[in-house]
Amino acid sequence: MSKNVSVAKIIKQSELAEGIYDMVLDTPLSAEAAPGQFVALYCSDSSRLLPRPISICSADAAAGTLRLVYRVVGAGTGEFSKLSAGDSVRVLGVLGNGYPIDEARDKKVLLVGGGLGVPPLLFLAKKLSEAAGSDAAPAAVTAVMGYRNLGLRFLSEDFSAVTNAIDTSDDGSFGFHGTVVDAIKAKDLNFDIAYSCGPLPMLRALASLCADKNIKCYVSLEERMACGVGVCLGCVAKTTGVDAHSLVKNTRICTEGPVFDSRDIEW
Amino acid sequence: MTAFSTEIKIAGVTFKNPVMNASGTFGNGREYAELLDLSKLGAIVTKGVSLTPWEGNPTPRVAETPSGMLNAIGLQNPGIDKFIDRELPFLEEVRSSGTRVIVNVCGHSVDEYVSVIERLSDKPVDMLEINVSCPNVKEGAIAFGQDPDMLRDVTKACKSAAKQPVIMKLTPNVTDIKALAKAAEDGGADAISLINTITGMKIDVEKKRFLLANRTGGLSGPAIHPVAVRMVYEAAHAVDIPVIGMGGVISGNDALEMILAGASAVAVGTATFHDPDAMIRIIGEIGEYMEKHAVTDINELVGAVS
Ligand SMILES: Cc1cc2nc3c(=O)[nH]c(=O)nc-3n(C[C@H](O)[C@H](O)[C@H](O)COP(=O)(O)OP(=O)(O)OC[C@H]3O[C@@H](n4cnc5c(N)ncnc54)[C@H](O)[C@@H]3O)c2cc1C
Ligand SMILES: Cc1cc2nc3c(=O)[nH]c(=O)nc-3n(C[C@H](O)[C@H](O)[C@H](O)COP(=O)(O)O)c2cc1C
Ligand code: FES
Repeated sequence: MSKNVSVAKIIKQSELAEGIYDMVLDTPLSAEAAPGQFVALYCSDSSRLLPRPISICSADAAAGTLRLVYRVVGAGTGEFSKLSAGDSVRVLGVLGNGYPIDEARDKKVLLVGGGLGVPPLLFLAKKLSEAAGSDAAPAAVTAVMGYRNLGLRFLSEDFSAVTNAIDTSDDGSFGFHGTVVDAIKAKDLNFDIAYSCGPLPMLRALASLCADKNIKCYVSLEERMACGVGVCLGCVAKTTGVDAHSLVKNTRICTEGPVFDSRDIEW
Repeated sequence: MTAFSTEIKIAGVTFKNPVMNASGTFGNGREYAELLDLSKLGAIVTKGVSLTPWEGNPTPRVAETPSGMLNAIGLQNPGIDKFIDRELPFLEEVRSSGTRVIVNVCGHSVDEYVSVIERLSDKPVDMLEINVSCPNVKEGAIAFGQDPDMLRDVTKACKSAAKQPVIMKLTPNVTDIKALAKAAEDGGADAISLINTITGMKIDVEKKRFLLANRTGGLSGPAIHPVAVRMVYEAAHAVDIPVIGMGGVISGNDALEMILAGASAVAVGTATFHDPDAMIRIIGEIGEYMEKHAVTDINELVGAVS
């Protein structure tokens, strides 16, 4: 797996929900990308120096395309949202470790996403559904995806196309009324491995639920990044054990992560 | 096309060109090996190495600012033993291509600096760079590099322990950089490098919170370049030892400003986060300038501003 900086052309971009954009890039990185990995996009305004980490929402190696879904929260994502077909963007990638997909084999898999944690799980759901019928196939896959409200719902149909999906909304405007973890409990979902991405409180609640049930749970974490490649040590997460890089209890999210076994994280 | 030489010499060590990375922004080289040809660099400067593993500060540790960034990493590193075990073999390989290896050393006490330096005495390392922006835990946590007497003493101690030439890396968070540059020279430093980051702060107005968990952090990147050029100029005129200039260099032009101000070599830090190829591009741009201005030896440019 190699990392490099390349210039990618935008094939199309659209707004999925208010402030949430869906960008498709023409890039050979599509051949290397795995679910849970991310890229970092550089701004064209060079007063914004640092690349913005964005998860890979899906990759089509045959078409040579990479799909990113992101929310506009500041100047960098604001700049990206104004790009359209034919424009180009500088990309650093592919970064991070990705979800250990082999562990899904023969298991009842639960995918848990919240807000902007939903996109990377779509890539994983697609890969799991492609594995159907093969040796690597999971026994079953269920996805629980949480949104704030109906207006901020996105990718729901994409999920339904590849897996059994349950939507939740914080305000009850659609799907299950409550958090994803509330839904897992209320529906008494039966699973033996969980893969997740989303806001920290959601991940913490899920990790604690899985710890109680003694079920393996993978979480994808976020932190402010400067380099994206493991040199600045800006992006660390507290771990329960000593980390291999620095022999302390701070591991690099950009390099050893962003996906971790929830038991290795100091919540 | 005129033939030109970019070779420079600092304390008897020859560098194929005057461009190296700034400590802490390039890991130990290995991490960027896929992204650029390390053998093209004048030198590789390691991440700060301490005696024991340092865990660093809580997160968030980094924040972007206009044309710059703040960091409060807190020098997280695995300590000298792991460094020697895991990082030096790779650096030795790069060194065989003629790229110099400089180990950056940090410590909380004079003894800690000395212990790290001693462990490197028989190692394939060309120079040592001593980061004196670290707090002196015995002296009320003021940085070693903020007090001329403390700086002179730590320089002396490092020099007497070191088998390799010693570069003292100065902090800009002082009133008179000339006095500190002289203190390092008086202590026996073979060279000085500057500037380290400038202490800053950023506040999230919506949340009414500090952006960095540490509250303050070090500002780096193009935003600090004019300050760095001024300090390099002042320091270079205060001492007779060579100066390595850094702070916000992102182009060949920025590097040349440092050189004209009096730097024999230039380090590139934050620019690499924006463009991993920055150092290679800068080396090329310095070459283009030399051709254009018919400069045959880069040493002619050192301190040539008038
Ligand atoms: C591994 C990883 C994957 C991510 N995947 C996605 C995704 O798929 N979709 C999505 O919408 N967002 C994702 N994010 C968050 C995204 O990186 C930020 O929203 C984005 O960097 C904001 O940039 P900005 O310039 O618009 O905001 P500003 O607030 O102006 O950015 C200022 C600085 O802070 C950093 N920053 C701000 N918010 C975050 C954040 N939440 N996480 C990390 N850095 C931040 C920026 O990168 C920049 O350096 C991901 C973050 C990480 C670490
Ligand atoms: C993330 C980060 C980590 C750094 N770590 C170190 C370090 O370990 N030791 C050190 O002497 N300087 C360290 N520095 C300071 C740089 O080496 C350099 O002096 C400073 O960033 C100014 O140069 P720049 O503007 O080109 O980045 C660090 C800077 C950054 C941004
Ligand atoms: S972002 Fe620099 S180490 Fe992770």
